[in-house]
Amino acid sequence: MSLNRLTSRYWVRIGAMAATVLTLHFSAIAQDGAATPAPADGAAAAAPAPAAGGGDAVAGEAVFNANCKQCHAINEQVVGPALRDAHKRWPSDKALTEFIKYPQKTIDGGNAYAKGLYDKYKQYMPNHNFLKDEEIGSVIAWIKAESAKPVTAAAAPAAADGKGGAAADAGAGAGIDSSFLTYILGALVLVLILLIAVLGLITTVLTKYLNNNENLTEADKEYALDAPNYKSFFGSKAFLFVVTFIFTMVVLKAGFDKVYGINVNTGYAPTQPIPFSHKLHAGTYEIDCGYCHTGVYKGKSATIPSVNICLNCHNAIKTGSPNMQKLYKAVENNKPIEWVRVHNLPDLAYFNHSQHTVVGKIECEKCHGAIKEMEVVEQHSTLTMGWCINCHRETVVKTEGNAYYDKLVKLHADKTNKPMTVENIGGLECSKCHY
Amino acid sequence: MSEQNKIYWKGLEELTNEPSFVANAEKEFASVPTAPSASSNTLDGLTGQRRDFLKVMGFGMAAVSLAACETPVKKAIPFLNKPEEYDPSIANYYASSYADGGDYCAVLVKTREGRPIKIEGNKLSSVTQGGTSARVQASILSLYDTERFKAPTVRKKETTWAAFDKEVGEKLAEIAGGNGRIAFVTSSIVSPSFKQALAEWIAKYPSTNVVVYDPVSASGILNANKASFGSAFVPSYYFNKADVIVSFSADFLGTWLSSTEYTKQFAAGRKPTADRPHMNRLYSFEANLSLTGSNADYRAPIKPSAEGVYVAALYNAVASALGRPTVAGGSITAHKDTVAQAAKDLVAAAGKSLVVSGSNDVNVQLLVNGINELLGNYGKTIDINTQLLTRQGQDADLAAFVSQAKSGGVQAVIFNDCNPVFDSALGTELKAALGSVSLKVAIASRPDETTEAVDYVAAAHHYLESWGDAEPRTGYYSLTQPAITKIFDTRQALETVLLWSGNTTDAYKYVSSYWANNVYPRQNSYGSFRDFWNYSLHDGIFEVGAPSLRASTAGAVKDSTGNVVMPEVAGVGPFERASPHTASFSADVNAAANAVDGTYKATSTGTDLVIYESIGLGVGRDANNPWLQEFADPVTRACWDNYITIPQSLAKTWGDFKVNEGDTILANLKVGGTTIKVPVLVQPGQAKDTIGLALGYGREVAGKAAKGVGVNAHKLLTIADGAAKYFVANVTVEKTEEKYRVAHVQTHHTIMGRDIVQGSTLNEWKKNPAAGRHIVEVTTGDKGHVPATSMSLWPGHTRPNHAWGMVVDMSACIGCGACTIACQVENNVPVVGKEEVLNRREMHWIRIDRYYSSSYKEGDSLSMKEEAAENPQVVFQPLMCQHCNNAPCETVCPVAATTHSTEGLNQMAYNRCIGTRYCANNCPYKVRRFNWFSYPQNAENFPLNFPTLSDLGRMVLNPDVTVRARGVMEKCSMCVQRLQEGKLNAKKESRRPIDGEIVTACAAACSAGAIIFGDMNDAESKIAQLMDAESGKRNYQLLSEINTNPSVSYLTKIRNTADKA
Repeated sequence: MSLNRLTSRYWVRIGAMAATVLTLHFSAIAQDGAATPAPADGAAAAAPAPAAGGGDAVAGEAVFNANCKQCHAINEQVVGPALRDAHKRWPSDKALTEFIKYPQKTIDGGNAYAKGLYDKYKQYMPNHNFLKDEEIGSVIAWIKAESAKPVTAAAAPAAADGKGGAAADAGAGAGIDSSFLTYILGALVLVLILLIAVLGLITTVLTKYLNNNENLTEADKEYALDAPNYKSFFGSKAFLFVVTFIFTMVVLKAGFDKVYGINVNTGYAPTQPIPFSHKLHAGTYEIDCGYCHTGVYKGKSATIPSVNICLNCHNAIKTGSPNMQKLYKAVENNKPIEWVRVHNLPDLAYFNHSQHTVVGKIECEKCHGAIKEMEVVEQHSTLTMGWCINCHRETVVKTEGNAYYDKLVKLHADKTNKPMTVENIGGLECSKCHY
Repeated sequence: MSEQNKIYWKGLEELTNEPSFVANAEKEFASVPTAPSASSNTLDGLTGQRRDFLKVMGFGMAAVSLAACETPVKKAIPFLNKPEEYDPSIANYYASSYADGGDYCAVLVKTREGRPIKIEGNKLSSVTQGGTSARVQASILSLYDTERFKAPTVRKKETTWAAFDKEVGEKLAEIAGGNGRIAFVTSSIVSPSFKQALAEWIAKYPSTNVVVYDPVSASGILNANKASFGSAFVPSYYFNKADVIVSFSADFLGTWLSSTEYTKQFAAGRKPTADRPHMNRLYSFEANLSLTGSNADYRAPIKPSAEGVYVAALYNAVASALGRPTVAGGSITAHKDTVAQAAKDLVAAAGKSLVVSGSNDVNVQLLVNGINELLGNYGKTIDINTQLLTRQGQDADLAAFVSQAKSGGVQAVIFNDCNPVFDSALGTELKAALGSVSLKVAIASRPDETTEAVDYVAAAHHYLESWGDAEPRTGYYSLTQPAITKIFDTRQALETVLLWSGNTTDAYKYVSSYWANNVYPRQNSYGSFRDFWNYSLHDGIFEVGAPSLRASTAGAVKDSTGNVVMPEVAGVGPFERASPHTASFSADVNAAANAVDGTYKATSTGTDLVIYESIGLGVGRDANNPWLQEFADPVTRACWDNYITIPQSLAKTWGDFKVNEGDTILANLKVGGTTIKVPVLVQPGQAKDTIGLALGYGREVAGKAAKGVGVNAHKLLTIADGAAKYFVANVTVEKTEEKYRVAHVQTHHTIMGRDIVQGSTLNEWKKNPAAGRHIVEVTTGDKGHVPATSMSLWPGHTRPNHAWGMVVDMSACIGCGACTIACQVENNVPVVGKEEVLNRREMHWIRIDRYYSSSYKEGDSLSMKEEAAENPQVVFQPLMCQHCNNAPCETVCPVAATTHSTEGLNQMAYNRCIGTRYCANNCPYKVRRFNWFSYPQNAENFPLNFPTLSDLGRMVLNPDVTVRARGVMEKCSMCVQRLQEGKLNAKKESRRPIDGEIVTACAAACSAGAIIFGDMNDAESKIAQLMDAESGKRNYQLLSEINTNPSVSYLTKIRNTADKA
């Protein structure tokens, strides 16, 4: 029965997979057939937003984060050179723009500085001709603005971020250190053993003394010198009851633990078709999670990146690696890569990433663990209902600046001084996750 | 009201208190075996034996523990190259057009992971204005029909397109070369680009004769307008402009012409408010109790063979009142008062009235035109310049084609999107005549009787896979765009026709170039075709002369950042843009009246058979759609069958024959030389000496859901004087002793004798806005009489954030049932099949209870009550989970599987439910549904439940809603998945949800606007304002005496009758 229930939505998934394959073909139609800005939401007949104007440093940061950040930083050399004062290394913004759009053309075209870059880094930067001139202009404006800032100030936020992360980690384990408790317990056990030894010694000495004492009555003698009756002790009902009770409890505990552990796959780290390293990409290169997992701030699924996202960089980087060949093969054969799903939430539970990342402003690491240190991704959390519920009980709702919550905050403040948790606004109700 | 009482009853068995009805009504669940049928007692592989049970249980436990050892490896397969606008788990909506046979609807297609999963109405269209019908809602399932054509076939063998085109092309060329006659038989073509393609075809094959026919034709109207105004057309009707409407057997709310549009228009005049205390008045003259008749303020049951006389009588009454010459005939004996009153009302509302007729007789339609002309309705409620193009077929053309084919005069025939072998009056003759035709081709997506009779089938797309366009009304264009790539090796009809005409353009390019050349020049809002095309595709529609949608966003709903959430669309109704009436009325009304006088008799002795289009199946094109098969007819409340509806008077002559809980008999129906055996239903409101039979059933080649369901009524039709006749006079019905069961749901889930339908008349309501309300008071020791709702056992729940609620306006609800199917699609509600419906186990989350009502005086005998029941009034009451705030179900659940949320929802956690069914037994509204079987995967016992039986069918499931397993209870969740999504969108944009942004599937599907959904805590919301305005007036909660305090409430049914309620 329970299997039935568990598999019910699984079908929908199968359907979805089939549909995905179908859609692959469809997307092709939509592109060469329609090539229209596919009418996304028919109900909303809003006019398209005007294109962002050029030269805006704020807009430039967004463009930079979306397109450049995975290979470049202002102060450090990442995959490509550090960009501090990059604009000063080119005769004009126009030349730089041209280079950003068509690097290989510029390099092969004989530009000495560009050639020098190529000799140093031994690879071409991919063409960025999909960016509009105004967008590149805004990136350059941003680089100029960043370059104007002193080095330390610019580097500070990054460091602060790192520290912030560490502080959070420490915060999670706040209270008494568990190893400290172990030491105390060990010491206590040692003291107890010593006590037993001392008591045994005293008994021996006293028995010896009584044996040598002749002034005892018969009754006292019998009492004092009689050997302890172990048989009657171990055979006593009380002893048997206690032992049976402890045994039953231990078995039950083990049993329950085992049963509760069914389908709890903490630590599940399957081998993937391509040994993608989160440690390298998310850790070392600090690529934003949303760059690859495009749905994580948008929808229910964080989504596994499609091959075209990998190729954004890997059409130029490490192209010789056998693993990259798998990417190129996938494109050639028109066959997507079949990754193994690591986090499997039961189909009966509805979980939406964007609710937690955008509205709840929860860091990915909160549920996914130290993903930036994982060579191979593994399931960090139990993903059980108890785990969800517990977090909903403890987590304070991020209400600042969100007009949706204004009314609730006010109502909550009228009642109590405690912070408003997810539980307080109905976060434990069945239909929030099960429907 | 004082000496008159009113009783509401769901069926005759309730009125007469049949013992079996009473026994069943007291139980929530019928005492029927848990095995689905006597012949098969296996349930999911269990044989019901104790030992087997133990074995299976043992195995199950072992399997579970084994399965627990290893988690199955699941794959996550992303795109190779993800399209920019597409994100998994986020729905995309594409505007498109549904055009199936003569039905048209502008729609939005919701797609998830690239598969269409839901149809919504497109509010931008001023033709259908966001309305949908049950058939439009269900059309999405036909896309995933596993029995569709999967490739072109030659003599039933699948082949490749290359081979197919070569073979057909050579034969066509040969026939055309020899100047052989080619017939292109098609349903009405609403696509202008398809019409152009057909012109190319004719250029290539000049010996082609195009035969347009409609299964339910409007030849009568077309020809009457030809005689009246010089050209054959169907005008546009505006029921919203009419204060008085008279319908002669035109079921314009159910099936007539463009019923979705007319529903929208009609319902607009059925919502009296304090600001606008006004309603339209509907008179209906008809034989069957149709949806229109059910909603009529005055209904006169007449024989179809007398219809012409009544039309003439009305003509004369109107003419004499206006001092104009009368015509011959029109002397009636019955319903004189009704005709006189209708005439009086019409004359009083001249220019703001409308007379329509469903008759296919040109002379009757001429008289109807004459009445409208007398009243000056042309140019006001009827627009002859804007013409409805969904019915263009002339029955005479079909008859001519068939006789030509019979005589061997046709060498090739192409059937496009039509099934004349089944759904025309000449089906049998046509099938025989096809033998002499050397090339027989059908362009069809699904197997049917016609494709069975031809040699070549060019497998066509479903509309959700096609590019195309539609012009349902002159100047009102809309586009069809694919929401999924083709599933099978099919090709859309447009491309097939083009290719054989020697044009290799694909459908997309062809349609867009048609628009560039013909539609783009008709506007001046866009400077480039690219913009025009993109925006038209986005909106789905383009209406000539309409103000640009992008310019008219002033009244639109905007979010805090100024983005338009919902564009303003009200107030740009088509009528305001209609050009003035120019053509003059020039028909010879006297000649028509004389002809009518000769054909129709006011009284006659024989029994008339009325053949009508059913609301669910229509003419049977979608018969293989199990959702529609299980959709209970709004009036008879029967499903999975057609049957003859007989009046009580006939049943009496059969020894007081009664239909009880679906138990009925078969009768022999003799029409001319044909005898067919059909089940019988006794139908209150059926005119004396008439019987009714629905079209669309009796499909022989359609698929497993349609096979063997009902009898074919099309073959009883006749074509006389160039028009198909939808009634047959002088038929005989003889009862047989053969027993039969019709699955009708009308008496299931009965709320016995409780006062849940409340209503009044417009005049009473004007005097007292709370007229018809029944306020229950209880006597207390200290406070005296207080309303029952003021006392409660429970502390109640707080709803600090949202308070989701619904108001159902029973005055506006016409009972069409679009909500039922919309809910079924949205919430993965299973199909259970006829057997299980008979066992009272249908699963629909929202049902529309149909109550008959009749007045009686104290002391009336049962037979007098029954007499009153011969022409009862009808009330429709949609009933879904009421989301009680003092919910009886919640308190009895032993495992707390059903609980209350802080947003006013009664939530159901399927995985917690252990199936005690206490909740259903304790629900006073009887809205809970139990999964007796694993309907989704039990192919052996529920073979018709095909959405969930195959991978393809499962693509229709809504991925946000759990598919329920056997043994759990389910019920309306108020589309909690939509609430959650809407709230999340609001949170992400740091704002409160905007009223109208979140709607339930039923409210979105409702053409009549009878279901108003929203947040009752939001003072700006429509629902809060409505409840505020109607509080203590029309607004009431069902069974308020038990103070369940539901979140769903109702508005009283108001009729626009002069006297009785």
